[in-house]
Amino acid sequence: MDLTWLNDFSSELLRGAGLTVQLLLISAGFGFVLAIAMALGRLSNSVVLANACRFVSSVIRGTPLLVQIYILYYGVGSVLASYPLIRGGVLWPYLREGFWYVALALTLSVGAYVGEVLRSGLRAVPRGELEAARAYGMRRGQILRRVWLPRALQMVRPTLAGESVMLLKSTALASTVAVTDLLGAANIVRSQTLRVYEPLLLVAITYIVLALIIEKSFKLMGTTSQRRV
Amino acid sequence: MIHEKGLPSMQSTPVVAIDDLHKSYGDHHVLKGISLRAHEGDVVSLIGSSGSGKSTLLRCINLLEIPNAGSLRVNDEEVRFRQGRGGVREIADLRQVERLRATLSMVFQNFNLWPHRTVLENVIEAPVHVLGEKRQDAIAHAEQLLEKVGLAHKRHDYPSFLSGGQQQRVAIARALAVRPKVMLFDEPTSALDPELVGDVLKVIRDIAQEGRTMILVTHEMAFARDVSTQVVYLHQGQIEEQGPPQQVMLDPHSERCRQFVMAQNNRS
Repeated sequence: MDLTWLNDFSSELLRGAGLTVQLLLISAGFGFVLAIAMALGRLSNSVVLANACRFVSSVIRGTPLLVQIYILYYGVGSVLASYPLIRGGVLWPYLREGFWYVALALTLSVGAYVGEVLRSGLRAVPRGELEAARAYGMRRGQILRRVWLPRALQMVRPTLAGESVMLLKSTALASTVAVTDLLGAANIVRSQTLRVYEPLLLVAITYIVLALIIEKSFKLMGTTSQRRV
Repeated sequence: MIHEKGLPSMQSTPVVAIDDLHKSYGDHHVLKGISLRAHEGDVVSLIGSSGSGKSTLLRCINLLEIPNAGSLRVNDEEVRFRQGRGGVREIADLRQVERLRATLSMVFQNFNLWPHRTVLENVIEAPVHVLGEKRQDAIAHAEQLLEKVGLAHKRHDYPSFLSGGQQQRVAIARALAVRPKVMLFDEPTSALDPELVGDVLKVIRDIAQEGRTMILVTHEMAFARDVSTQVVYLHQGQIEEQGPPQQVMLDPHSERCRQFVMAQNNRS
């Protein structure tokens, strides 16, 4: 195995890995907030809101992520580019980058998938625990923050760990719209050195390490609950 | 009006006043016009066979159930309702209800402790986050209460590590922690193994003797006879017999009430 290229491309690869982690954190963060909104929307008493959320969730979960990224990047991106006002605007440097389109697509995905996971968790919290919270005069927001959501998260934690690893792997799609994430950087190495396997193996190992870190952090989060059962 | 020691003053305004309360679920009419008063220091026991509406009545007092008709006053404050969509009655001012709830406290049949919080955290939750007490003060008070229910040594455990009887005693400490005007007990010993019932009843008895106002739903006849200032026998959503424990349990007017009390006594 020849690893001499590693020196020449180390900065690209590091920057790529950094970009992958950024994509992961940004879409996980915004996606989680969106997921809470989606889950609550679907559990809402308002039929209109519940159905709207279900529809959006079905559309996002029913189309390939790659297609969504293409639609956002080539479709929405080119429409935006046709407005001189936007092209000349302060946001254009960001709107030009594939990064933000991928981040948006991933955020929507997390919102839809994790929204469903959270919904099942929220529904699984025993009614009595919420009743106790109401009976002691907690406000709706407090009940959500202090009892309902923490209990739901506790129950769906293993699924959330899985979803986070899935999200990590989905970030690799960024390389399809000219974002030099980890895989994108490896592709640069491949095209310039004509070596195929070594860069790809390095990338695979890096993803595994990141996945292990994610799983480990979810385990650490769980030690606070200490439920027997 | 004679004011005997140990008996509630009839002149004082009731802490809980219920008038002509109705509650139904669809076609099922659970409460058919209940009127009830609880004065400060009263211990009101609601007895009756299952399905008689006693738990529903209790849950109407802190608005976990919304009565379809009738009025409810807590701490001399009228609970405001309004007609929602489809003519269903709903709470008019959620803030008011939240405020009133914070002056009541409830002990549930199934304890309903929050499993993701330790015993101590369960007890300080409402004082700190609803009543805005200082955390330090709440902890000091909570430790005192846990001492009283005999569980100070379990303060850092999670509820799932406790027996049913211990969980219920924590729930009672949690109920005391908000310094309630009225404590509501919903069959507090019905979910417990028989050998654990005694400990929990003893704690409730001690609290009752401190002169706290309590309304409790119970099947423990001997207990109800000993601690109550007033016993209310419900049958099919109506009050069939009501009065001091001696009268209701030993010399009721209603034949049905007599039979119910006898059957319950034979059971235990």
